[in-house]
Amino acid sequence: MSVKPFSRFLASKWGIVIIGSVIGIIASILQKLGNPPNMGICVACFQRDIAGALGLHRASVVQYIRPEILGFVLGSMVAAFIFREFKARTGSAPIVRFVLGIFAMIGALTFLGCPWRALLRLAGGDLNAIVGLIGLTIGITIGDQFLKYGYNLGRSYKTYFSAGLIMPVIMAGLLFLAIFSPKFTTNGAIFFSTKGPGALHAPLIISLGASLIIGFLSQRTRFCTMGSIRDVLLIGDPHFIRGIIALIISAFLVNLMLGQVNFGITAQPIAHSNHLWNLLGMVLAGLAFVLAGGCPGRQLVLSGEGDGDASVFVLGMVTGAAFAHNFGLAAKPDKILNGVVYVGGVSSAGMAAVIIGILVCVIIGFTMREKI
Amino acid sequence: MKIDACGLSCPQPVLLTMNAIKDNKLFFEVMVDSNIACENIQRLAENKGYKIQIKKTEKKFHLILTK
Repeated sequence: MSVKPFSRFLASKWGIVIIGSVIGIIASILQKLGNPPNMGICVACFQRDIAGALGLHRASVVQYIRPEILGFVLGSMVAAFIFREFKARTGSAPIVRFVLGIFAMIGALTFLGCPWRALLRLAGGDLNAIVGLIGLTIGITIGDQFLKYGYNLGRSYKTYFSAGLIMPVIMAGLLFLAIFSPKFTTNGAIFFSTKGPGALHAPLIISLGASLIIGFLSQRTRFCTMGSIRDVLLIGDPHFIRGIIALIISAFLVNLMLGQVNFGITAQPIAHSNHLWNLLGMVLAGLAFVLAGGCPGRQLVLSGEGDGDASVFVLGMVTGAAFAHNFGLAAKPDKILNGVVYVGGVSSAGMAAVIIGILVCVIIGFTMREKI
Repeated sequence: MKIDACGLSCPQPVLLTMNAIKDNKLFFEVMVDSNIACENIQRLAENKGYKIQIKKTEKKFHLILTK
């Protein structure tokens, strides 16, 4: 049977609407089935939870091997093999991508979410997400200027087939750890939260199955939140933005049906209402995503296709999560105690890290230009 | 004119094509080595009123754009 018509359909504007809707619907259902509120899917938060489960940070409330991350990579790999797009490649400034991954994560954990979660937070009524999305757009706009003036990280080159399999194999290993939850030492890893967001999760098999579908479809449709905004601003192409709109609408409608919409600004679930740092966190994340060529979800999908450079970005994000929690950089959510709302936000160290991150990204953007 | 965009990650192949379109090139070729870049350039070319012809060799796509 030829797979071409199916492939062409998924690459069309309807394909991108379908993947946006699928992510929105699945995320809202995963939330209903146990994932944290307004966090049916969050690539940054879930990578952070994995870092915690492995003991790379010890924030006891955010430690769990999230099957969604594994599913995105493995689902993408399956699609790449079926459609003959698996290509082991690497060599496009991996150290720069690693650093960009670290700061992308620090920015995302300042806002408390990746672009996917920003959309899902909005679909759940959290209006702080609007500030985050404005920040993301500003970051992408700045990144676009660098692209216009010749920024690029150079070419990648074909590498060994087995090298392209490293990330999927790591994910398969994590799946093994998630299923058997071994304890390597007394009081040691693997860690699983018993309270907090890390303790909230849908059944493993459902999370895994759902994310395999998302990974598969994302590989075929090339869905990328950062790319959708970038393409509108840079080349006036609305193709990918349709997916974003579909994601928000579908997640909102399913949330409405499931009673998961609560409009407001303060004390939204796992969110803070410190607008300046919501904005600046996402400026940093957006800028880092443009310079690295994809949002966190897209980087996972590329990792599944054999892209070693995207894999290094993912590992950078995991490392960034460890720094964010070990150094107290990650934002604290708003909380209500005895009827009093305490607005969360970032520590002084967190603020400094965001500013340093923006400066590092700007230096990377200015200095890594090449005439091709 | 030939543009070699092989190995370049998204959105570089599209940007290089865009630059050629802005320079009012009426006939040029872009070489890429991924389906993704091929699809993106195809979409751009069609939006900008170019005809596009795609030749696939073992490892590369040769996209010939004409107006």
